[in-house]
Amino acid sequence: MKVLVTVKRVIDYNVKVRVKPDNTDVDLKNVKMAVNPFCEIAVEEAVRLKEAGKATEVVVVSMGAQNAQEQLRTALAMGADRAILVQSDEVLESLTVAKVLAKIVEEEQPGLVIMGKQSIDTDNNQTGQMLAALTGMSQGTFISGLEVSDNEAQVVREIDGGLQTLAVKLPAVLTVDLRLNEPRYASLPNIMKAKKKPLETKTPADYGVTVKAHTRLLKVEPPAERQAGIKVASVAELVEKLKNEAKVI
Amino acid sequence: MAILLIAEHDNAALKSATLSTVTAATQIGGDIDLLIVGSGCSAVADSAASVPGIRKVLVADHAAYDHEIAENVAALIKEIAGEYSHILSPATTNGKNFMPRVAALLDVGQISEIISVESADTFQRPIYAGNAVATVQSLDDVKVITVRGTSFDPAATEGGSASVETLEQVSDTGLSRLVSEELAQSDRPELTTAKVIVAGGRGMGDKAHFEMLDTLADKLGAAVGATRAAVDAGFVANDYQIGQTGKVVAPELYIGVGLSGAIQHLAGMKDSKVIVAINKDEDAPIFQVADYGLVADLFDAVPELEKSL
Ligand SMILES: Cc1cc2nc3c(=O)[nH]c(=O)nc-3n(C[C@H](O)[C@H](O)[C@H](O)COP(=O)(O)OP(=O)(O)OC[C@H]3O[C@@H](n4cnc5c(N)ncnc54)[C@H](O)[C@@H]3O)c2cc1C
Ligand SMILES: Cc1cc2nc3c(=O)[nH]c(=O)nc-3n(C[C@H](O)[C@H](O)[C@H](O)COP(=O)(O)OP(=O)(O)OC[C@H]3O[C@@H](n4cnc5c(N)ncnc54)[C@H](O)[C@@H]3O)c2cc1C
Repeated sequence: MKVLVTVKRVIDYNVKVRVKPDNTDVDLKNVKMAVNPFCEIAVEEAVRLKEAGKATEVVVVSMGAQNAQEQLRTALAMGADRAILVQSDEVLESLTVAKVLAKIVEEEQPGLVIMGKQSIDTDNNQTGQMLAALTGMSQGTFISGLEVSDNEAQVVREIDGGLQTLAVKLPAVLTVDLRLNEPRYASLPNIMKAKKKPLETKTPADYGVTVKAHTRLLKVEPPAERQAGIKVASVAELVEKLKNEAKVI
Repeated sequence: MAILLIAEHDNAALKSATLSTVTAATQIGGDIDLLIVGSGCSAVADSAASVPGIRKVLVADHAAYDHEIAENVAALIKEIAGEYSHILSPATTNGKNFMPRVAALLDVGQISEIISVESADTFQRPIYAGNAVATVQSLDDVKVITVRGTSFDPAATEGGSASVETLEQVSDTGLSRLVSEELAQSDRPELTTAKVIVAGGRGMGDKAHFEMLDTLADKLGAAVGATRAAVDAGFVANDYQIGQTGKVVAPELYIGVGLSGAIQHLAGMKDSKVIVAINKDEDAPIFQVADYGLVADLFDAVPELEKSL
């Protein structure tokens, strides 16, 4: 079984993003970029499936600018076999990404597509579900457990009320939550090896997909700042303030 | 304009997140039809019909929709989407699961987790873990939207008189089936609607010590929440997690104990009305958003706080 994994290039999760003074967008100039943390977990899971003899090949895909190659190399260093960069400098909305992925699925015929549940930049949480819809595949979203058998996968999903276990028919699209696994660090020899692994560059047009805007970004603003509070010296003072000043207890 | 609103419910009543979504729908304007989909969910229809502002309650009650299996629910919604200009659902794990599937089936984008309605096609939503707020305009004919419950007041539950219609068609894709569910049992209020929340972090030390917060919460009639670090360490179950990838909460009073205030955690609680932080490190970032900060060892402060309530 082939496994297709997606990785998105995003701002490093430790960086506090700033809004541009003209409110057109956030400022990504000179900020540290990384693999979306959820995608790292997706790559790790795919590589583990290969190590366990359940997957035969791990193909990793990213869509975006030329420099998303860096994130693909990271995935290759973690153990993916080959990479596809679908290069575009335009704003790629989730539905467009899903449409290109649907074409790649048609070509590659993977048994599983493993994706992050959300990108930490736009926090959309939608691309995997959209891909599943476009390909008519089953979907297992927000998963923190995975058991693959011949024609189905059992997934443990993190839901509002607790945990839910579903059996989804293969091929399936899975989107991963944070507790599925802890991704490995790539070793230096593997980073060197990754440089020689195949990385193919394509464009959305190669897949017959036109990049279409479904939304227009009108404005980006910083969130309302909270008023700075005070430090209290004791539990007694805290209780007094909560009772008489804030009036919440 | 007509809006189809997919209800979040527990087979007995509408969840508060649905009522908040009704408010968002009212702000968009137009007729609002409420879809109740599930298995054994017909009982919800009556109470739903009395929510003011609803034109029609649609009920799809069938085993195929048990636990709102996304493939089947999305197929049903696509079928009835017809002339609706907007399709809305609360941004719960159910809504987040099936709504993008609906959007793709309709060949439109989705606007995720809106926090305000600017006009019928323009909305605000948080991005970058809430460090920025984007105003986005939808260019699609049908607008598929999920709504953050804490950003809209819940609609009233009495006074309306919607008609109730049962949907006969069944969409069963046979793609997924439920194996089991492990739901948290608790007498405490739900995190997303609680007026008071006590949340603990890695500083609680271990599972046994985390239970100190239960006693405090019981005194305050509060819900208990946690950081990802506390969940990862096994102190509490995943449904306690507050933050960018957990639940978003906005109680009247949030008390954070032994947690540092990472941006991913703040993303889920910084709209709380009053924030209290108890941390032994006076430089912990949580103090930058706290209305009342107490620099203290939690193992002294929490028992003392509990006693003085
Ligand atoms: C400030 C700003 C605001 C925006 N607001 C909106 C908006 O409101 N609505 C909108 O539709 N678009 C918006 N966009 C466009 C946005 O960039 C795309 O929608 C987004 O990049 C597509 O992925 P996602 O974040 O939705 O993915 P999600 O659905 O959050 O990601 C899930 C997973 O899909 C995979 N994935 C997603 N994109 C890629 C990719 N390019 N390459 C490889 N894997 C990928 C990853 O595995 C990821 O973990 C905005 C862009 C900016 C800069
Ligand atoms: C993609 C991504 C998504 C994430 N999503 C979330 C999310 O949804 N929610 C979330 O919470 N996190 C999330 N995180 C994790 C987040 O970055 C932080 O790691 C986490 O919130 C830290 O938890 P903490 O504050 O409990 O632990 P720490 O940061 O370790 O803080 C513990 C605090 O306890 C204090 N302390 C220790 N002992 C005592 C004592 N005896 N008395 C008083 N104070 C004490 C310390 O001073 C310290 O400030 C995410 C991370 C990533 C990468």
